[in-house]
Amino acid sequence: MSDKATRDSFGEALKELGAENAKIVVLDADLSVSTKSVHFGKAYPERFFQMGIAEQNMVGTAAGLAFTGFIPFACSFGCFLAGRYETIRVSVGYSKANVKIVGTHSGLGTGEDGYTQMALEDINVLRALPGLTILQPSDDITTRAAVKFAAAHVGPVYLRLTRQKLPAIHKASSFEPWKGIVVKEGGTEVALLASGATVSESLKASEKLSRLNPWVVDFHTIKPIDANLILKLAKTCKKLVTVEDHNIIGGLGTSVAEVLAEAGSSTPLIRLGVQDTYGESGIAQDLYEKYGISAGKIAARVQEAF
Amino acid sequence: MPETPSVQELSALATECRADIIRMIELAASGHPGGSLSAIDILVTLFFREIKMDPKNPQWEDRDRFILSKGHGVPALYAVLVRKGVLERDELWTLRKINSKLQGHPDRVIMPVVEASTGSLGQGLSIAQGIALGLKLQKKSARVFCLMGDGETQEGQVWETALSAPKYQLNNLIVFIDANNGQIDGHVTEVMNLEPLAEKWRAFNWAVQEIDGHDYSQILEAVAKAKRVTDRPSLIVARTVKGKGVSFMENNIGWHGVAPTKAESEKAIAEIEGGKRS
Repeated sequence: MSDKATRDSFGEALKELGAENAKIVVLDADLSVSTKSVHFGKAYPERFFQMGIAEQNMVGTAAGLAFTGFIPFACSFGCFLAGRYETIRVSVGYSKANVKIVGTHSGLGTGEDGYTQMALEDINVLRALPGLTILQPSDDITTRAAVKFAAAHVGPVYLRLTRQKLPAIHKASSFEPWKGIVVKEGGTEVALLASGATVSESLKASEKLSRLNPWVVDFHTIKPIDANLILKLAKTCKKLVTVEDHNIIGGLGTSVAEVLAEAGSSTPLIRLGVQDTYGESGIAQDLYEKYGISAGKIAARVQEAF
Repeated sequence: MPETPSVQELSALATECRADIIRMIELAASGHPGGSLSAIDILVTLFFREIKMDPKNPQWEDRDRFILSKGHGVPALYAVLVRKGVLERDELWTLRKINSKLQGHPDRVIMPVVEASTGSLGQGLSIAQGIALGLKLQKKSARVFCLMGDGETQEGQVWETALSAPKYQLNNLIVFIDANNGQIDGHVTEVMNLEPLAEKWRAFNWAVQEIDGHDYSQILEAVAKAKRVTDRPSLIVARTVKGKGVSFMENNIGWHGVAPTKAESEKAIAEIEGGKRS
């Protein structure tokens, strides 16, 4: 299996779902070629709504479509969707609209386009909306499973996807709603908790850390977070490390910290990710290096801690 | 109430609703009388002459939808829903109180008959558009009515929908603007002028009409015309008087979001019931 961006897996899965389920409708805001919703649009033009560069109207329209029984997928870059927070908050969240918000171009992985096109605080703002599920799959197989799950689940969902290609990690049967996936069982020293693009980086980092025999765990669902798995890892390991392509405020690291603190866990936590700063232009892999979430930088940071 | 109430009967219903609006806001000790009174004649006309609904089955899937985009005008909607038999009149006096389903702004989760949760201005029209698209996809003939405030149309999201609804030729979408020229900080023309309002919507390719929003015959005629449009959505600028029906509230911005005291409420209701409303 060659490397593949989760947005590409999404585009294919959505088109396939369109054949099975006539209730699926798709909206995009002039980025369908980038979000890959274009495949659905070409296959089912009568169920595809090109809304132009107007994301808040797209989100509100999706809510209205949901109120007539359709299952709308509203797609754009994650930053432009999360930026229309007030519309998502009232028309989707508070309204319990069965809308699937699909944000591609998550994080530093967006690369050369730079900060304004990178979703770096999207999880932070959307996580505060009650009842909204946040999914961030890490490869082709889990993305396809996440798309199916999102369509079947009644309630708002935010699906966070990558622009950049990612290696295959999982087996067909590994995605279970709300449950983290243990990618690699480890020992008693450290666990790497990752989501989306950082799962493969963490897996590569674990190979450089064979002395510590780290766990690698994929949290494809950030809300609700799999608290049982986090606490199990906290009991097993001396330290936990979260790795995310998002600001460390309000994302995976924060979610894990909340679980640990409320359970009274004394296991120390290291949060890797964008350290409360903005992003910038560059090749994705160079940015991962600079901001400390490349395999090499993850391994170095973990070594330091032991 | 007969199947098609006459203009006189609509007027009588509106009088009852106006009194209830004042009373419920007084008892809630908060709320928006000005914009509820300016909108009530439109609501009464739509609900008693135009909107197809089944009070015994409020979620009937072929029903016409009404979206109150100016959510702060919800006392007017609650008063009408009582007369439609989907809400008990006693419930009105729980408006804005804890554990009531009569939220200060419409909440579709706890009261599905209001169709949309609104109050964050500018969002209701997008929702109405989505419902209109959904009904067309399902090949249903039901219509979507939406009521916005004039001040509300200062929101950018409104103009995004102004662009998109004609693209999708949503002739099943009929939108009213309750143009009472009042908003919290002053007259709309001063806070952020919208005029020429009708011309703006015409330029966006809507079928536009301009009427007196307190004249039942004009409202009925405008809807009849809108229903004959085949290729675009309709926008009706309804010129209204903020606080209509209560002399000391009329055109007084101070009554946008202030509850009357008991004495003021009694005075207002006496005036309304005394037929001083023109």
